[in-house]
Amino acid sequence: MSISTTRRPVRQRGPMMGIGAADKPMNFKGSAKRLIGLLAPQKTRVIIISVLTVSAVVMNVISPRILGAAVDKIFSGAVGGAMHVPAGTTKSAVVAALRARGEGTRADMLSRMDFVPGVGVDFGAVGKILSIVLVLYLVASICQLIQARMLNYAVQTTMRGLREDVEAKVHRLPLSYLDGQPRGELLSRVTNDIDNIGQSLQQTMSQLLFSGLTVIGVIVMMLTVSLLLTLLALVAIPIVMLVTGQVMKRSQKLFAAQWKHTGELNGQIEETFSAHELVKVFGRRREVDATFSEKNDELMTVSWRAQFISGLVMPVMMFVGNLQYVAVCVIGGLRVASGGMSIGEITAFVQYSRQFTQPLTQMASMVNLLQSGVASAERVFEVLDAPEQSEEAHGTLPHTRGRVDFQDVCFSYTPDKPLIEHLALSVNPGQTVAVVGPTGAGKTTLVNLIMRFYELTSGRILLDGTDITQIPRADLRSRVGMVLQDAWLFHGTIRDNIAYGRIGATEEQIQQAAEATFVDRFVHSLPDGYDTVIDEEASNVSTGERQLITIARAFLADPAMLILDEATSSVDTRTEVMLQHAMAALRSDRTSFVIAHRLSTIRDADTILVMEDGRIVEQGNHLDLLEARGAYFRLYMSQFEGAIVDEDDDDPNTMTRV
Amino acid sequence: MLARLVKQRLRPYLPYVLALTAFQLVSVIAQLYLPNLNADILDVGVITGNTGYIWHTGGWMLLITAFQICAAVGAAYMGARIAMGVGRDLRGAIFAKVGSFSAREVNHFGAPSLITRSTNDVQQVQMVVLMGCTLMISAPIMMCGGVVMALKEDVGLSWLMVLAVVVLGTVISLIVRKMVPGFRLMQKRIDLVNRVMREHLSGVRVIRAFVREPYERERFTRVNNSLTDVAIRVGALMMTMFPSVFLVMNASTVAIWWFGSHQIDQGSVQIGSLTAYMTYLIQILMSVMMATFMFMMIPRAAVASERITEVLDTEPSVAPPKTPLRPSRLRGVVELQDVSMEYPGADAPVLKGVSLRAEPGQTVAIVGSTGSGKTTLISLIARLFDTTAGTLKVDGIDIHDLDPDQLWGHIGIVPQKAYLFSGTVASNLRYGNPNATDDQLWAALDVAQARDFVEHMDGGLDADISQGGTNVSGGQRQRLCIARALVARPTIYLFDDSFSALDLATDRRLRAALAPHVTQATVFVVAQRISTIITADQIVVLDDGAVMGIGTHDELLLNCEAYQEIVASQLGGEDAA
Repeated sequence: MSISTTRRPVRQRGPMMGIGAADKPMNFKGSAKRLIGLLAPQKTRVIIISVLTVSAVVMNVISPRILGAAVDKIFSGAVGGAMHVPAGTTKSAVVAALRARGEGTRADMLSRMDFVPGVGVDFGAVGKILSIVLVLYLVASICQLIQARMLNYAVQTTMRGLREDVEAKVHRLPLSYLDGQPRGELLSRVTNDIDNIGQSLQQTMSQLLFSGLTVIGVIVMMLTVSLLLTLLALVAIPIVMLVTGQVMKRSQKLFAAQWKHTGELNGQIEETFSAHELVKVFGRRREVDATFSEKNDELMTVSWRAQFISGLVMPVMMFVGNLQYVAVCVIGGLRVASGGMSIGEITAFVQYSRQFTQPLTQMASMVNLLQSGVASAERVFEVLDAPEQSEEAHGTLPHTRGRVDFQDVCFSYTPDKPLIEHLALSVNPGQTVAVVGPTGAGKTTLVNLIMRFYELTSGRILLDGTDITQIPRADLRSRVGMVLQDAWLFHGTIRDNIAYGRIGATEEQIQQAAEATFVDRFVHSLPDGYDTVIDEEASNVSTGERQLITIARAFLADPAMLILDEATSSVDTRTEVMLQHAMAALRSDRTSFVIAHRLSTIRDADTILVMEDGRIVEQGNHLDLLEARGAYFRLYMSQFEGAIVDEDDDDPNTMTRV
Repeated sequence: MLARLVKQRLRPYLPYVLALTAFQLVSVIAQLYLPNLNADILDVGVITGNTGYIWHTGGWMLLITAFQICAAVGAAYMGARIAMGVGRDLRGAIFAKVGSFSAREVNHFGAPSLITRSTNDVQQVQMVVLMGCTLMISAPIMMCGGVVMALKEDVGLSWLMVLAVVVLGTVISLIVRKMVPGFRLMQKRIDLVNRVMREHLSGVRVIRAFVREPYERERFTRVNNSLTDVAIRVGALMMTMFPSVFLVMNASTVAIWWFGSHQIDQGSVQIGSLTAYMTYLIQILMSVMMATFMFMMIPRAAVASERITEVLDTEPSVAPPKTPLRPSRLRGVVELQDVSMEYPGADAPVLKGVSLRAEPGQTVAIVGSTGSGKTTLISLIARLFDTTAGTLKVDGIDIHDLDPDQLWGHIGIVPQKAYLFSGTVASNLRYGNPNATDDQLWAALDVAQARDFVEHMDGGLDADISQGGTNVSGGQRQRLCIARALVARPTIYLFDDSFSALDLATDRRLRAALAPHVTQATVFVVAQRISTIITADQIVVLDDGAVMGIGTHDELLLNCEAYQEIVASQLGGEDAA
């Protein structure tokens, strides 16, 4: 019910989102495949995205190498320009001269270089190379931009489709399935899990490919520069993998503990705040404070540990990166000095080694994200794969007169606990049938079966001689108006909530329904009148008032048959008496089923059904049943001494639970 | 608001914050010093061919790297401690504050909202503190250090650095400025989708009964599309961020080489210095980017901190007296003199001018229609609210002067909404009297007509009870709540519509068993059923907050019209005798 549902704290999000141990998927491969399959309608887009990613990576990866060439040109120009030698002196002459002076190392280095003594930097050539690099960078960025936007579009559209599918599914699921699921759990699948899938899909799709290609590209480029340095850089891979793996393993455990503790603490907070008065009046403040404080401390300890351990990844990566940097600088420097490498190559290599560790780390963390995404996907798929209610039949219902027959009806929510057994009943058009009996007797179930909310185990229910399974559910239900004890209103104005009963109802009709059901009376005391928005948290209308609104809704719907399931249980007795008259008007000429708790209603009914343990133990009108001195008589006598028949909340949940 | 809250909560962690800053400083300086040494290797070692110098400088670099990781690890440690500590303290503060609240404040916020505030909102603030510890402190150090080191290289390209920072800053802030409202809108739309979905699940019977699936599907499609639209828009903006940032960075690299090459040609700049300068520039740009990310997180956390501060700044309306009276034993004489109660901002009082007196051994029944003020009256006696006018005395002592704990120790309440705590049947029954023996528990269960089903529960007294008591039926829950109040053996019983979920026979048996149990106690009963209250010593008829009549059933039948109506409505007129 939209109004009284307590808002569950939203599942925590943050960088550590979804790393809990419980988030391990059951069938990773199959579910991942199916998840990727969701993108199938976007195939063309995905292909373009991949092509763009590859191009961007290639350009990003070769740019430093080309830039290195520019650096070499600058350096040789600088070296050449710095030599004040007569024009025409050759490079080999300079090298020889150096060697003769005993500067062997310097000579080695210069011999590798392409310079012309006495000639400075060739700006034309440098400019040309730099322009090429600039264009490459620009094109790479544009590619990346386009691919990221396309990916974003593809993923968001896919998630919209997934939400749409799940929502459509909800309307096709049998009620028994929905009853069996904790509501918060199902809701969390539709919202948090789909959200999580979207996030992980987007991130992994964009980064896994990009990072993976970058690593490969960088390795290739490094190899073209220097085998030795590349080998040195490759050592980083196992180190990175090992360290990240270890850290992740540890932090995953801690994060799982953190979520467990968070859950426990939230549970205690929820409990203490919900039962605030009880804690006070029963003098439990001290104990509650002590437990809270203890749990709070525990949570803090595991949280900082988890945070610290996972926070180590970055520094450790930086350390590995720095070690590599030092190694490249030293060994590269030595190589350049010995003439084995050019200075442009070493600057390029420094850039490559910087580009190398980052995607590696990213790939390592992607694994977790992907895992949690797939786990979420599994939960969503589970809903999508749940068996649906049976196919709609295509029979037609003749103009409803309102005769209802139960023929040998058996029904149970769970196979091992039969609830209604071999029930037979005939109701003539226009009759009012009152259903009475203790909790769990099956009163609500009985009327739910008429609505075909549940499928019978055996037997038939006929409406004017037509088996209700032979006609579309919508046809059946549109003939029947139902008011439930649980006053369901949606977030919207009071007017909209009443108008829900009939599509295209006019203002007068709404007004009329509201007046007949005493909604009009209290609406005027609300500041915004009929435009008052029914609020989720603030209870701006009382339970009784909400029930009146739902009655107005059924009034407006003007159905051929009427089912009132404890429709006035929260309305105070005086208002109810007045309501009785309105209800009587509503019931006239319609077949009505009334689960009631006020004697006056029951007494006026044409037929009274006394139910016990899923069976009708007595059936007849008030006077007959009193004379019979059976169950009804006993009920009536206790009533006479008291006032009201049992008010037990009678929903299927309570029944199946106990 | 966020700044104030964080500042205040960081105070106990000042030593940690100082240590964190020191660690960050060391780490950043080390990080910044490395390119400098690399420049030396190139300029001094490589160019002069001095291999000894290369080895030597390389050794230094290694040492600094080691330093750097130690500092970084230390900073990570401090950051985690501070952020999680602040989170714990905030949770503790809210929890303590809510504990001091009266029912009025709790109702004002609503329990679900208070729960969200002490969990999710705290989480938000905690995250911002954590990010702050890493980014907020290191980014400015990185930035300043980078500028200093870059200037030290003296390559004369400062204008390029300024230009790059300005361009990057402009690009990012333009994107972020558009993105933040987008994020907010997106959050709203997510809430909308969730709400529609929740309504579909909770209202599935009504939707099916009224055959409104097509309408509901359309409604969902609408909110789903509106969410997708904004998600695509915000996503596109976010996706613009990285390519733009990289473009600025790469373009500045190219620019440095181009302009730097002229200086190199003139011999005024070394090639190593230029490489170092470039690395510094990249680092500066990175820190600008990090800082902007930080600012992106702030709006959300700011909302959270406002919500937290709102709770922390609320003063409880029911304050314990400065010098509380603690009489050793209260007999339970309750006296109300002209008591009124009004919610702040409401246009009509909930209770007006109520006077009544109840002695130990008496049962006072309170009847009236929905919203007539019955529960409020009960809450006033339990001092969950305070009166706004008139006096309420217990044993002749003004309730404001009594020690609340003392008062509560004498009250047993069974609330309208039967609530059980997670635990076992026994732990719930012992809630008001931890020392009760099993025999006492069974005795209370006998009175509450709960023995049968407890015996049939798996584990009996040790049977599990889930939070709120959702694993037992409404009637069972109510009976356990009654038993819980009985175990506490109070002198004042407050039953707030506590028999409504019981069938008549059980109700009657329970009341019969209860009577000898409460001969010494003052009993207040709010009830709908006339049968429940027919034998009460006094019946108080409330209508719209005012007393319409006080007396026994017979007296009221004679002279109280409102009471006659209630009786008539339940017995169908002629049966009322």
